[in-house]
Amino acid sequence: MKKFLGFFTAKQALLLGVCSLSLLLFTGCATTKNELNIFTWADYVPAPIVEKFEKETGISVNYDNFSDNEEMLAKLQATKGGQYDIIVCSDYIIDIMRREGNLLQKLDKTKVPNFSNINPLYQNRYYDENNEYSIPYTAGGALLTYVASAVDFEVKGYKDLWNPALKNSVVLIDGDRDIIGMTLLSLGYSVNETDPAKLQEAKEKLMELKGNIIGFDSDKPHNKIISGEAVAGYMFGSQITAAYEANPEVKFVYPEEGLIFYVDNVVVPAKAPNLDNAYKFLEFILRPEISAEISSIINYVNCNKEATPFLPEEYLQNETVIIPDEVLEKSQMLKDLGESRKAYDEMWTEFKSK
Amino acid sequence: MKFKILQKFYIGLILLFIYLPIALVVLYSFNESKTSAAWTGFSFKWYSSLFRNKGIGNALMVSLKVALSSAVIATVVGTLGALGMNRLKRLRILINGLIYIPLVIPEIIMAVSLLVFFSFLPIEYGMLTLILSHATFCIPYMLILIQIRLSTLDPLTVEAARDLGASNWEVFFTIILPFITPALISGNLLCMALSLDDVVISFFVSGPGDTPLAVKIFSMLRLGVTPEINALCTLMLLFSFIAPIFILNSVDIKKFFGG
Repeated sequence: MKKFLGFFTAKQALLLGVCSLSLLLFTGCATTKNELNIFTWADYVPAPIVEKFEKETGISVNYDNFSDNEEMLAKLQATKGGQYDIIVCSDYIIDIMRREGNLLQKLDKTKVPNFSNINPLYQNRYYDENNEYSIPYTAGGALLTYVASAVDFEVKGYKDLWNPALKNSVVLIDGDRDIIGMTLLSLGYSVNETDPAKLQEAKEKLMELKGNIIGFDSDKPHNKIISGEAVAGYMFGSQITAAYEANPEVKFVYPEEGLIFYVDNVVVPAKAPNLDNAYKFLEFILRPEISAEISSIINYVNCNKEATPFLPEEYLQNETVIIPDEVLEKSQMLKDLGESRKAYDEMWTEFKSK
Repeated sequence: MKFKILQKFYIGLILLFIYLPIALVVLYSFNESKTSAAWTGFSFKWYSSLFRNKGIGNALMVSLKVALSSAVIATVVGTLGALGMNRLKRLRILINGLIYIPLVIPEIIMAVSLLVFFSFLPIEYGMLTLILSHATFCIPYMLILIQIRLSTLDPLTVEAARDLGASNWEVFFTIILPFITPALISGNLLCMALSLDDVVISFFVSGPGDTPLAVKIFSMLRLGVTPEINALCTLMLLFSFIAPIFILNSVDIKKFFGG
C-alpha cells in the first residue's frame, strides 16, 4: 500500500520533490558574472561567432530569442530597457524605440572606432538619422524569382506577377507591408503611401492578384518553387539561393520598380547590465573578418565596406546578397505608418480572407 | 459484418489524420536535404548536428527544468487545495468557478498580465518567473483532476481508518495519497506537456540565458527551421511513447483504470 511509483515510498517521493524544487529555484537566482545578454532571432548571430567572442574575451554569452520585433518591444518596455545588453532588430522598430525616449542607449562612438567600417549607404537612415543609437548589422530585401524554363516571358518587375499566365503559380512571403508595398510600387506609389484614394486603388489591384497566388509562406517559400507548385515568387535572397541550389533554372530579379529594403541593426538598451561588454561585442562584430564570417553564414547583405576581401568567393558571386549600389539607391524602406496602419491592416485582412 | 469494416475504417481514418503529420516529421528527420521539399536520401546527419547544437541543448534543458519544477509546485498546491476544498461546501463552488478562469482566458492576456505583474516586483525575469508562471497555469488542471478523483473516494474508508486509530498523516499517506496517485500522474504528464508546449507566456516571462525550447523553435523561423528540429521532435516523440509505458507499469494498471 505504501508503494508510490513503484520505487519510492510516499514520504521519500515528497521529500525528493521538495528538494529538487528548491534546488531548481536557487539555480534560477541571478548571479553577477562576466556576461553578455544578446536578444535576437535564433541563429541570427551564428553560434561560431558567439563562441569566438567568448573565447577571445572570456565573457560568457546568453543568447536569447524572439520571433518578431513587436514581441521584443513589449518585453523591453516591461523591463524598462534593462536585462539585455545587445539587441539585433529591424529598422522600423528602432524608430519606435528611439521615439519612446527611455529604451535605448545613446552610443559612445569613441568606444566603437570600427563603426567607420560601415558602408555610408547604410548609415543615417530615417529610423536613426545620425546613427546615435544603432549600428547596421545586415541588410536585405525581398526579390522576385521565377523558373526560367516554366515561364515563357521575362519577369522584370512586380507588375509581371499579375500576368494571367501565372495563374495559381505565384508564392509570396506572408508579410502585409511587403505585399501591399510591392503592389503600391507596381502602381508607381511610395511603399509608405497614406493617401486613401491611392490605397483604395492598391487594394483593387491587390485583389486582382488573388487568382495567381498558390500560397503564402515566410518560412520556406522556396519549397513551393523546388517542388514545382509555383513558378514565380517574391521572397528573400537566402530563400531564392536555396531554390537555386535545388534547381539551376531558378532566376532572380531586382524588381525594376525598386526594391523594398531593410536594414537590421544592433542597439543597446538604456539600462544594459553589462554595458562595457556590449561595447566589446559591437567592436568585435564590426571587424571586417568577423563581419565577413557572419555574412557568409547567414547569407544576408553585408554592410561592412572593409569586409569584401574576407568574403568567400561563393558569397561574392551570389547576386542576391551583392546588390549593386544603383539598385540600393533606388530602393525604398518601410516606415512606421502611424494612423494609416489601420487602413493597411484592413486591406490585408480583406485580401487574405477572400 | 459490414458495420465492423466500416468501424475499422473510421478508426483507421482518425488515426491516420492524427499520425500522418507526425509521421512526416519523423520521416523528414532522416532526409539528407535541408528543405522538406524533396527527399534526397537517407541520413543521420541532422541527429549528429542536433547533438552538437549547444543552443538547442540549452533550450531543451531550460524547458525540462521549468516543466519538472512547475509540475512539482502544481502537484503540491493542487493536492493541498483539493483536500482543503473537499471540506468546503458553498465556498467550493465559488472557488471552482475562479479556478476555471485561467483555463479559458486567452493565453496572450495571461502572458501580458504576468509580464506587467512581474515588472512591479523587484525580481528579474528568468528561471524563477518562468517556473512561477507555468505553475500558475498548471495548478487549475491539477486541482480539477485531483478533485474529480477525490470525489470518488468512499468517505467510509477514511472513517474506518480513524476508528482503527490512524492519525491524519497515516490517513493521508496510506489512503488518500495512493488513491489519488493516478490523478497525480496524469496531472503531472498533462502539466509537463502544457509547459513544454507553451510559447506565448514563456516568451514574455523568460530572461537572459533561459529561452525555452518552444520559444527557440519559433524564433528560428526567421532563418529557416532546420531538420534538426525534426530530429529533436522524433526523439521527444520516442520519449513520450516510452515514458508513459514505464510509468503505467510502475503503478497497478488495473487500479489505474478501475478506480
